[in-house]
Amino acid sequence: MEHALTTGKIVADKPRPAKNYLNETSGIWSWMTTVDHKRLGIMYLVGVLSAFLVGGIFALLIRLSLLTPSHTLFGKQLLTAEAYNKVFTLHGVIMVFLFIIPSVPAALGNFCLPLMLGAKDVAFPRLNLASFYLWLTGAIMAITSMVLGGVDTGWTFYTPYSTSTGGTVGLMTMSVFVLGFSSIFTGINFVSTVHKLRAPGMGWFEMPLFVWGIYATGVIQVLATPVIGITMVLLLLERVFLIGIFDPRIGGDPVLFQHFFWFYSHPAVYIMILPGMAIISEIIPTFSRKTMFGYRAIAYSSVGLALLGFVVWGHHMFVAGQSQLATVIFSFLTFLVAIPSGVKVFNWLSTMYKGNISLETPMCYAVSFLLLFAIGGLTGIFLGTLSVDVHLTDTYFVVAHFHYVMMGGTVIAFIGGLHYWWPKMTGRMYNETWGRIACSLVFIGFNMTFLTQFILGSRGMPRRYANYLDQFQPLHAFSTVGSWVLGLGLFITAGYLLASLRKPMDAPDNPWGGTTLEWKTSSPPITHNFEEQPVLERAPYDYRPEVTHV
Amino acid sequence: MSSTVDAHAHGHAVDAHAHGHGDPHHQHHFATMEQQFDTSKIGMWLFLATEVLLFGGLFVGYGLMQGKYPKEFFEAHHHLQRGFGALNTVVLLFSSWSMVMAVYSAQKSDRRKQVIYLLITIVCAFIFLGVKYFEYSHKYHDGLLPAKFYNPHHGVLPQGNGYATFFSFYFMMTGLHGIHIVAGIGLLTWILMRARRGEFSATYFTPVDLVGLYWHLVDLIWIYLFPLFYLIS
Amino acid sequence: MLPAQGSHFAGEVDFIYMGLFWLSVVLFLGITGMAVWCCIRFRYKPGRATPHITHNTVLEIVWSVLPLVLCIAIFFWGVDGFMKFSVAPGDALEIQVTAKKWLWQFEYPDGSRTINDLHIPVNKPVRFIMTSEDVLHDFFVPTMRVKNDIIPNRYTEVWFTPTVLGPHHVTCAEYCGKGHSDMQAKLTVETDAEFKKFLETGGTEWEDYRGKPAEWGKLQWDRKGCATCHSLDGKRGQGPSWKGIWGKKEKLQDGSEVLVDENYVRESMMLPQAKIVAGFDPIMPTFQGLLREHEIQGLIAFIKSLGDNPGGGPPAPTTLSLPEPSKQESKK
Repeated sequence: MEHALTTGKIVADKPRPAKNYLNETSGIWSWMTTVDHKRLGIMYLVGVLSAFLVGGIFALLIRLSLLTPSHTLFGKQLLTAEAYNKVFTLHGVIMVFLFIIPSVPAALGNFCLPLMLGAKDVAFPRLNLASFYLWLTGAIMAITSMVLGGVDTGWTFYTPYSTSTGGTVGLMTMSVFVLGFSSIFTGINFVSTVHKLRAPGMGWFEMPLFVWGIYATGVIQVLATPVIGITMVLLLLERVFLIGIFDPRIGGDPVLFQHFFWFYSHPAVYIMILPGMAIISEIIPTFSRKTMFGYRAIAYSSVGLALLGFVVWGHHMFVAGQSQLATVIFSFLTFLVAIPSGVKVFNWLSTMYKGNISLETPMCYAVSFLLLFAIGGLTGIFLGTLSVDVHLTDTYFVVAHFHYVMMGGTVIAFIGGLHYWWPKMTGRMYNETWGRIACSLVFIGFNMTFLTQFILGSRGMPRRYANYLDQFQPLHAFSTVGSWVLGLGLFITAGYLLASLRKPMDAPDNPWGGTTLEWKTSSPPITHNFEEQPVLERAPYDYRPEVTHV
Repeated sequence: MSSTVDAHAHGHAVDAHAHGHGDPHHQHHFATMEQQFDTSKIGMWLFLATEVLLFGGLFVGYGLMQGKYPKEFFEAHHHLQRGFGALNTVVLLFSSWSMVMAVYSAQKSDRRKQVIYLLITIVCAFIFLGVKYFEYSHKYHDGLLPAKFYNPHHGVLPQGNGYATFFSFYFMMTGLHGIHIVAGIGLLTWILMRARRGEFSATYFTPVDLVGLYWHLVDLIWIYLFPLFYLIS
Repeated sequence: MLPAQGSHFAGEVDFIYMGLFWLSVVLFLGITGMAVWCCIRFRYKPGRATPHITHNTVLEIVWSVLPLVLCIAIFFWGVDGFMKFSVAPGDALEIQVTAKKWLWQFEYPDGSRTINDLHIPVNKPVRFIMTSEDVLHDFFVPTMRVKNDIIPNRYTEVWFTPTVLGPHHVTCAEYCGKGHSDMQAKLTVETDAEFKKFLETGGTEWEDYRGKPAEWGKLQWDRKGCATCHSLDGKRGQGPSWKGIWGKKEKLQDGSEVLVDENYVRESMMLPQAKIVAGFDPIMPTFQGLLREHEIQGLIAFIKSLGDNPGGGPPAPTTLSLPEPSKQESKK
């Protein structure tokens, strides 16, 4: 079967195996007790996408409520202020803890990491299953917390509001604790896997860049997540037993809570973006049919971001009452952490230069990522600049900034990766035309929704407001319409991806001409991944004609 | 799975004791038992790192609160029983030694000695918990309880946020440590039962080794807790 | 893109902001341009080989060092402004700010207090010493480009020199619960003479309302924070609606009843915890020292005007005379 997407060589596919990881065993029990990383990846995928749906509905509700200055629609109040506060809290908690943090590592990472390493599974398959059930438990706890009344503290749980407000704060914080352990175990698993289960011939600098990204993420998961764990426990104890650490009425310090919280939550944003960047580092060389420019720089910058990410948490607290010295130091370090991200962007662009570029859906998402992440990163500079941050912090400018990096960055990369590996995971190709249409809608809708928010924030619109001054309405209304376009794009995506599952399994082993090991096995792979242990003969991303395999 | 492939891409020598696929403990995704053992060790060390960070948060919190209430913390710590604390320290150190001996015995395939040393370790853990029980009852008697329960009996100590916070941290940190001791007893008991069945030998002693690492960490955390709470000056 | 410049800092902040804005536009257009150009110029042709370029050390060093230098320069630029804003001049006018759910209380050097109504003289530095009575709040004045969190049991500060006369806006910028979006205050920057007059009498405005006490009362309902919790249309808020309550026999939490008359209304403002209406929480803050006598009278007249309760009570008087202007009462 000829693949037009390779450099012209005809590659004959091996005959499709009769049994693959999806149909080798059947029945719900075989899935519930599976230790196969690929099945776990699929289960996580269903889980995180469901969370994304719920979080997304809350987002649409928020935007709908903000269509008018006094959160009414056709004269009727859509959400009371208390309901609004719960909705934005839940939107944040679901999106951060249930969706984004697990999304790339647990869904795509689980599926692809062992394949890319030429391994049969991750280091600790049973621990992997445990991670999944921990995620599920945390999700059930969070949903229960919502059903029992919900939480209105914001996803950041700042004290003393969180220690004195009503609602199911305890259950929600414990759900975060449980989800934290799911993340920790995934990190332990992946770091160990990368260290010990690489195929023969694969040294550290012959690993795919996706692996470097997942590895760096795993390091952060292991080192940072325990701190949010203990912070949530301390918050619960403070609330119930009044230990006296965070609540000023009993001698505690609310700023200390913020230090504890952000010590994890800043590295957490690198848990979110590094895997996204890792996906882009796979898609761009493949669709440019050109070797990755600056492989080592990408590898080192991933680890650099992971480490530097631990020392900038105070930039969330410039006006929170921390010392001036701390503020200045954190600002300086924040500027340092901008550099590795910039280097990656330049490397990706250089890879495209003189490439042979085709714009299938994964590449559309990769290019979208470049533009949207650029805006996200550049607006971070505004926020790192102290005198300007004083005006912009706690306004919609920050909301826009983090949506650009988290959604315009990670979520866009995630969707791109989903399309890239869709044929490998499901054995089917999705409809390319609809893919590009949806990507355009997502890109346009996203910018409509969030670009205006930079202006809103600069003009003084604070965040977490259920109602606002009349002067802000036109921009809010435009943003809301943008959210509908974005939502439409995402629903269309879900539609054609699900529709593809009804087609017969006819995807080739390597539809994109990729050079990493996962493309050397069938689509979908057999349960044990490879018929024979692959041995790596050369580094990935090598598109020189003389080496392209026959 | 190709048996001729050397799984050690970065070059250590294959362990002369490593078995092939014959060992019942050999998991399918590892090429050799040695690879499996090395990987398990890495995983355990990573887990221990997370434990250090978990307790680390509490240590940092304690340090900052002590900075805020130096007088109250100093006064309050006199009401901790140094003797018992020191006894517990010795007990745990001894149990770490017996754990090392248990691992060594497993490596030497000595079933009898493994079981004895594991038993000694478990007994030490129970002694530790027993001493903690005495300490905690003494605090309860004096009303020196954590958080909102802090209600010192007449003359023992003053009321006040700083004092209550000291005892909050005392109970939280020794309590969390105690929970880890209990979990350790569970793990040691499980390993003991498997050791009695003769599961561990020179070719496979990974679980003993890993539980040993866990136990040493639990001991190490106590080594930091003891001076921090009992010996501040 | 930015609000009007109201303080002496605003120009500097805006200059840096616009500098960063244009820098971002240039960089963004560069990145976008490069990406789009590559997609077009190097679009897919079957069989075309690509050069195997793995790295370029010089280029990589340049594009790491240059941005680093640029970032450090921006850092210093930001710190410079920030340091200047942090230390108020010694002769600054000091105003105490107490934030509580969900209103702003301002206390001036002479002890007088206002709620949600901040007056300061133009072209003089003002220093705000702030604390909260409950949860975190944040004092944000967009036109002045200042912001700082307000923390319970602690004092934080902000200062600026206003340069533009007229109304400005203070808004809470740290989530504090249900009324967070409603926690606004009006800032009036006025001449020295006007400011002095304000301190003496709470301003000259009320004289325009002689003979119209209910209208004056309605203004206080809006400005003093009453509107946050008490509606006028019968809709239940955090506190009972004022519609039709005058002369009503109100049922209290302890089962007893009270007649809504002048004394009850005044007591509810000064000692709000004394009589709680059944079905409501005891969360109303006291307005002791925060309302001038003529403001209290105005509120009483206003509530009366919202409709007598047909069930009973004395009829509303047709006129209410306001006392002569005097120094504020009940100053602490």
